[in-house]
Amino acid sequence: MRRWLPLLLALLAPPALAAIDAEHRFDDPAQEARYRDLIAELRCPKCQNQNIADSNAPLAQDLRQKVYDMMQAGRSDQEIVDYLVARYGDFVRYRPPLRADTWLLWFGPFAAIGAAALGVALWLHSRAQRTRPALDEHARQRLAELLRQHDEDSR
Amino acid sequence: MSRGLKLTLLLALPLAGFLALLGLLWQGLGRDPSLLPSALIDRPLPAFRLAALGEPGRFISQDDLKGKPALLNVWATWCPTCRAEHEMLRSLAAQGVTIYGVNYKDDPTKAVQWLKDLGNPYTLNIDDQSGQLGIDLGVYGAPETFILDARGVIRYRHVGAVDEQVWREVLEPRLKLLQGGQG
Repeated sequence: MRRWLPLLLALLAPPALAAIDAEHRFDDPAQEARYRDLIAELRCPKCQNQNIADSNAPLAQDLRQKVYDMMQAGRSDQEIVDYLVARYGDFVRYRPPLRADTWLLWFGPFAAIGAAALGVALWLHSRAQRTRPALDEHARQRLAELLRQHDEDSR
Repeated sequence: MSRGLKLTLLLALPLAGFLALLGLLWQGLGRDPSLLPSALIDRPLPAFRLAALGEPGRFISQDDLKGKPALLNVWATWCPTCRAEHEMLRSLAAQGVTIYGVNYKDDPTKAVQWLKDLGNPYTLNIDDQSGQLGIDLGVYGAPETFILDARGVIRYRHVGAVDEQVWREVLEPRLKLLQGGQG
């Protein structure tokens, strides 16, 4: 038991939540949650595969400060996202907007799956059509005959 | 369509798909994914009013950068690549290219010393200690060099060092075009 105790304790320990961003606090938990959601959804232009919540790059720190300040000034989520998109482009959004030039991005995968499914369906259909006449009525009678004979022989 | 031809076409389909994918991936190989297009192309410079570097009490605004096509270079003493391109900027300034500087999130004392030591290619230098102008310009990594036209509209952005090749192939042709359009 002693041997397993450290492992057991390690498993029971609450995960260490090492928050990169400890400096921005809100009195209102709802506001705090809104802030966390926002910075988790905004992408850091400098450190490209991180959001600004996870990154410790100076630019990410500045952008978190910006988001915080704008929230304190009473700006809406949309206003804050628009502000950053106007400066850094759509790149800062982890959720790309639905526009005519992003249709391919949004619907392309579904279209590809649909096309593939259609292709497979057509192929199966045509194969079924091709194999069906292989046994016509005459052949089927003959087959039944042969099977009956076989049964009798083996008895 | 004959059956044979149809079959050949059908068999060629996966190959065609593969070649299309190959083409797509091939052209992606040569691209640097860390380079982002600027959201500010063909937009006027953001409005600002900031101190001139090393001259507290003197303020620079976006209107001070209008009048002729110019480069706007975002730099800092903490940025090694800025040091690497500094000599190139000096030689461009000596050739008569107007270069405005944005000293981005830097210590002004260090920045002034740097210009004393290495020479000053900048016609004007904006002290952006807070980095707000940097945010307004969509700066994500110094050095960045913008091309401004005579009306103060941003026409191009280059991210990374300006060297001989970048100048010759990227910046100079665009600047020449703007200068030509002016006269």
